[in-house]
Formats: sequence, structure tokens, C-alpha cells
Amino acid sequence: MKTKRFIVNSLCHVLLAILSVIWVLPIFYVILTSFRKEGGSYKSYIWPKGFTLDNYANLFKPTSQIDFVRWFTNTLVIALISTLISAFFVLCVSYCMSRLRFKMRKPFMNVALILGMFPGFMSMIAVYYILKGLGFLETGTLKQIALIMVYSGGAGLGFYMAKGFFDTIPKSIDEAAYIDGASKWDTFIHVTIPMSKPIITYTLLTAFMGPWVDYIFAKVIMGQDTKYYTIAIGLWTMLEKEYVEYFYTQFYAGCVLISIPIAILFLLTQKCYVEGVTGAVKG
Amino acid sequence: MAADGKGKKVTKTGRPSDSSVLEALQRGNAITRLSFFVFGLGNLVNKQIVRGLVFLAIEVLYIYYMVTFGATSLVNLTTLGVKEQGQVYNEALGIYEYTLGDNSMLFLLYGVITVSITLAFLFAACMSMKSAYCTQLRRERGMKVPGFMDDMRSVREENLHTAMLALPILGILVFTIIPLVFMILIAFTSYDHEHQPPGNLFTWVGLDNFKTMLMQGSKLAATFWPVLGWTLIWAVCATFTCYILGLLLALLINRKGTRIKGFWRFMFVLSVAVPQFVSLLSMRTIFNANGPVNVLLRHMGVIGMTESVPFFTDPLLAKITIICINIWIGVPFTMLSTTGILQNIPAELYEAAKIDGASAPTIFRKITLPYMVFIMTPSLITSFTGNINNFNVIFLLSGGGPDTMDYYYAGKTDLLVTWLYRLTITQKDYNLGAVIGILVFVILATLALLTYRHTGSYKDEGAFQ
Repeated sequence: MKTKRFIVNSLCHVLLAILSVIWVLPIFYVILTSFRKEGGSYKSYIWPKGFTLDNYANLFKPTSQIDFVRWFTNTLVIALISTLISAFFVLCVSYCMSRLRFKMRKPFMNVALILGMFPGFMSMIAVYYILKGLGFLETGTLKQIALIMVYSGGAGLGFYMAKGFFDTIPKSIDEAAYIDGASKWDTFIHVTIPMSKPIITYTLLTAFMGPWVDYIFAKVIMGQDTKYYTIAIGLWTMLEKEYVEYFYTQFYAGCVLISIPIAILFLLTQKCYVEGVTGAVKG
Repeated sequence: MAADGKGKKVTKTGRPSDSSVLEALQRGNAITRLSFFVFGLGNLVNKQIVRGLVFLAIEVLYIYYMVTFGATSLVNLTTLGVKEQGQVYNEALGIYEYTLGDNSMLFLLYGVITVSITLAFLFAACMSMKSAYCTQLRRERGMKVPGFMDDMRSVREENLHTAMLALPILGILVFTIIPLVFMILIAFTSYDHEHQPPGNLFTWVGLDNFKTMLMQGSKLAATFWPVLGWTLIWAVCATFTCYILGLLLALLINRKGTRIKGFWRFMFVLSVAVPQFVSLLSMRTIFNANGPVNVLLRHMGVIGMTESVPFFTDPLLAKITIICINIWIGVPFTMLSTTGILQNIPAELYEAAKIDGASAPTIFRKITLPYMVFIMTPSLITSFTGNINNFNVIFLLSGGGPDTMDYYYAGKTDLLVTWLYRLTITQKDYNLGAVIGILVFVILATLALLTYRHTGSYKDEGAFQ
């Protein structure tokens, strides 16, 4: 009996080891290649002949086509502003849906449900033409503003998660505030918001990560304007046929650099997600 | 809508602000009814100057808009332009010059915007009448008629939802609803690569696009049905492989005998933390014809030194590769979300099963799996719909390729969404793209109606409050 259990346990550990190697190898390869000394794209061997930090250093030396630092700041600014706007929208909408009772509440939630079923970028072309019609695609800066509006404009539809969280805050807390003479707005600002730290952090972080990983909208709006690219389209550009021979290793270096902050944010989000799902008031 | 049903009976004695538009029409006096046409009349008569003026200003602005621009754009919406861009010989310069024609695309866009503004105007008309009726009621009952300052104060209290929702809804209107209506309308036009404004006009064609897309015989139909088939196969495979394998992995890590659980979890979470486009793009290079996987296979002698396995160029293999890579991406996600739920399964269930002498597979089949399916059905549905629309994985890995001549500008691994992308961005067949979008919506909506409405969370929303 004991030996049998030992064999099963060892087998399980071996299996886990094999699986985790499969899961870690690609990441390891990315890191390995980012330090590769030889330029060029694909090699007939895997282990690099030499190691260097130049790939990282070169990322900070802008060329006319590839400007990593600039893309990074572009994305950072866009992400920060759109985060604030969309988090504000999401919190407002979800609070209204959870706490206030008014005629349009159920219809609004149903419409949100229906809108969610259309493919996201079906409306992209129309958004593009609306922005063009409003003159937002004239210069690079305006394009960036347009991108911010696109990222945060429809944010109000993603209220489900935060609404679920607000639902878990007992109504009696609100009522106590009303009795003390607080208006509904005061209650929202001074009672509900301070109790909702996990969900606010979650909303902020998810909104913040959006622009870093969005490829498609950014590409359509920015077009060929490489100077104003965000990081995702920038990295994609490095893999295009005319660049891949020169920037292959730098692409990986860029990936590593981007992954580190995003990974940290992701781990933070996970923590808040768990707290957000389990509710505000702990028993 | 429960509050609504009660409202109709109660308002006779209830608060004036609860009255409905219909009631205002039935019980309102002449001035109240006139407020439908002359905005703010009822408010102005009763000395609610600011509110009345705001209403009036809305009406004046709308009329100004309609006279200068709106009326023509409504007419243009029905024709989508009649004057084609032409060439006129300029004798003085001796060259051909372009004369400005109608731009169907802009006409359609302006038409949609004008219609939305008109709807908003009608809404404002109703609001004006309701507001007048509300004041009338207050007068009749001898209550204080609220002034401007009272209105401002009510925004913090009973009208808080209007203040809080105004901006988000405006955003949703401009960036989601109007574009969507515009694209839906395009599905009924001939806006394809041969009818590109400003050079050419396009016009309404009714259901023709849907017919060519769905009817047998055309090249489009010969593309649509296989692509739809692959989309569904992909969604089913992607959802269930990730789900079941992720569940098994979570079980493997959580089983009693496994040591250093945290370490194993970390190994898998690592790949989740990497941004998806980074891992997808790296995977694309890793499985490239000259990528490291092929290099490895060559060195191992599985294939010749110049050969390569066509991971993304053979139709069948490309599909398998994509599903496998998706497993690599999706399994850690499932593992993360299932771990918590697994730990919540009541331990008594397991103990009882063990006493009855059930084997490990039986326990999994009879206890773990039903429990997990019960808890996770909603998230399974969400991930299924997410996979139908999973643009990133296909686009960044294979780009829809390998291309084939049998299809209308689609590759063998194209999903409906990536095909939509190709048709609109590269091929400029906007009408066909819109048709696909609508069809995807129909598929998802049917699916949602069948499943989502039966889940408890939809029926008993806020039941515990």
C-alpha cells in the first residue's frame, strides 16, 4: 500500500515537472533570445552563441522607425488618462444599477447585455469614420485623444463586476447614512467608495492594462503614424518582414521589458479580483 | 419595472415627480399639452424660469439644426446620394477636373446622427410635457413649485441617477450605439470595394447581401458555411480542452500527496502574467517554419535538416497547432479560477464517498465534475462566446492563414470575426463585414437566450438584498 502510494505520488510529480517545463520553456526561450548576441532572425540552433545586453540598450536608442521609449510613454499617457475616465464611468454606472431605483434601470441592463453580443470591432469602422468626421484623425496628438475616447467611451457597459460588488454591501449601511442626513451622492462618495477599495483597484487595473495589450483599435486609428504608436502595435511592427532581420532580438527584449510591469499589475489584479468577488463585508 | 406598474395607480396621491408621460397627456391642462410643442411653456408660465429656458433653448437649437442641416440629411438618408463624382473638361486649363459628387458614406452617417438627434428631441419633448404636468400637479395641490436651486439640489438626491449616468450613456451612445446602428444599416447597402465613396455611390439593396451570404452556390456562401463550421468547432474545442485540462491540472496540484503546491502554481501562473499579445507573437515565431521547434526537431533527427513541419501552413495542422497553443494559454487561467472553487467543495462529500469505497475516478466523475459544472456553467458560457469572438489568438498566431482560393478572401483558420476584419480592413467590403457581424450577433443571442436566462443570477438579480 505504502509503495503504491509512493509510486503514484512520484508519477504525479514527474508529470507536473514535465508540464511545468512545457509551460515555462517558451518564456525561457523569450528571455534567452532577448540576450542573444547574434542579430538576425531565425537561427539553425537554439542556444545562443553569445550573450549581450545590447538588445536592451538599443531599445533606448530611437531610430526613425522604431522608437521604443516613445511608444512606451505614448501608451503610458493614454493608459493613465483612459483609466481614470473609464473607472469613473464604470463606478457611476454600477452604483446606479446597484443602489438607485429608476425606470430605465432594467432596460439599460438589457441593452448592455445585447450590445455585448455584437463583435467588438464590428463598430470599429464606424467609430473610425465618426472620429474622422469630427476631425480627430488630422494630427497625431488628436489621434491619441481619439484613442483615449475609444478606450474609455464605452466603458460604462462593463459594469457587471462592480455592480455585483456593490450589491454585497448591505443596504442598511446606506440607510444609516440617510438617517444621519446624508444625501445619496454623499453616501456614494463618503460611504460606498471607501468600502470598495478592492473593486476600485480591480477596475483601475483592468482599465489600465487595456491599452497595453490592445492591438486592433490602436492599429486602425494610428495607421502609418509610427511616432504615435502604442507599445502593442510597435512590437508587432518589429516582426514585419522588412524589420524582422534587424529587430528580432530587440523584439524579445521589448517583450521582456513590457511583461515585467504587466505581470506585476496582473498579480495585483488577481488579488483584488478575489477580494472583489468575495464581497465587501467579511462575516 | 415593478415600480412602474405601481406608479400608475399611486400617482394620483403620490409624488408629482413619479407621474408618467402618458398620464401627463391624459390629465394635463392645455398649457401642459402645449409644452410638448413649445418646450418649457408650462415651466415658464409657473415661474420656473431657468428650467423653462433650458427646455426652450433645446428646441431652438434643434430647429436651427434641422433647418440648416438636419432636414437635407434625412432626405439624403433615403437616397444615399444621387450625384456621382464626375469629370468636366476645363477648356481654359485644358484638363479634366473632378466635380464634387455626393458621398454616400457621409450621407448615411449624418442620417443616422440626425435620426438619433431627432429621437433625443422627441424624448426632450416628452420630458418637457412631463415637467409641465409635474408643476401643474404641484400647483393644484398647493405645494411649493421648485425653483432652479431646488432642481440643482435634487441632482444629489432623487435625480442622482441622471447626473451619474449622463456622461457614461453619452459615451456609450457615441462610441457604441451610433456606430453599431451605422454598421447594421450598412449590411443593407451595396457598400463594397466597387462602391467606394467619394468616387462612387452606394445605395440600399435590402436583403441581397444576406441572400448571397447564406444561399448555396455563390462563392461567399461557400466561404461562410465552412468558416462558421470551423468557428463553432474552434469555440467548442477551445472552451472544453482548456476547461477540462485546467480542472485536471488544478486537481493534480491540489491533491493530498503533492508537495510544494505554491511552486507548481507559480510555474503555471507565470505564463498568464505575460501579456497575451507577447505570448502569442512569441508562439508564432517559435512555431515558424525556421523557428526553434523546427530546429529542435531537425537536430533530433525527426525531420531532415532542410525540412520543416508546416505548423501554420498546412490547413489541418494549423488548426491543431492553434488549439494546442490555446491550451497553453488558457489552461493556467482555468487552473487559477478552479483552484478556489475546488477548495470549497465540502470535504464531507469526499469522506462519505471514501467510506462507501469509491475509487478516485468515480469520485471525480460523481462529485467533483458535477459540482464544478454546476458552479462554472455561467463562466463556461462566457468563455464560449468569448472564443467565438476570439480575434487575438487567430489573428496574432496564423493571421487566418493558410489562404485558399476556394474561399472569398478568407484563410483556412479564419474565424468569422477575423474574416470580418479582413473583409472590412483589407478588402473594404463593408457591407459583407456588417452582414457577418449581424450573423455572429444572431448566433450569440440565440445561445444566450437558450442558456443565460436560465441561470439563477439573471432571474434573481439582487434577490438577497
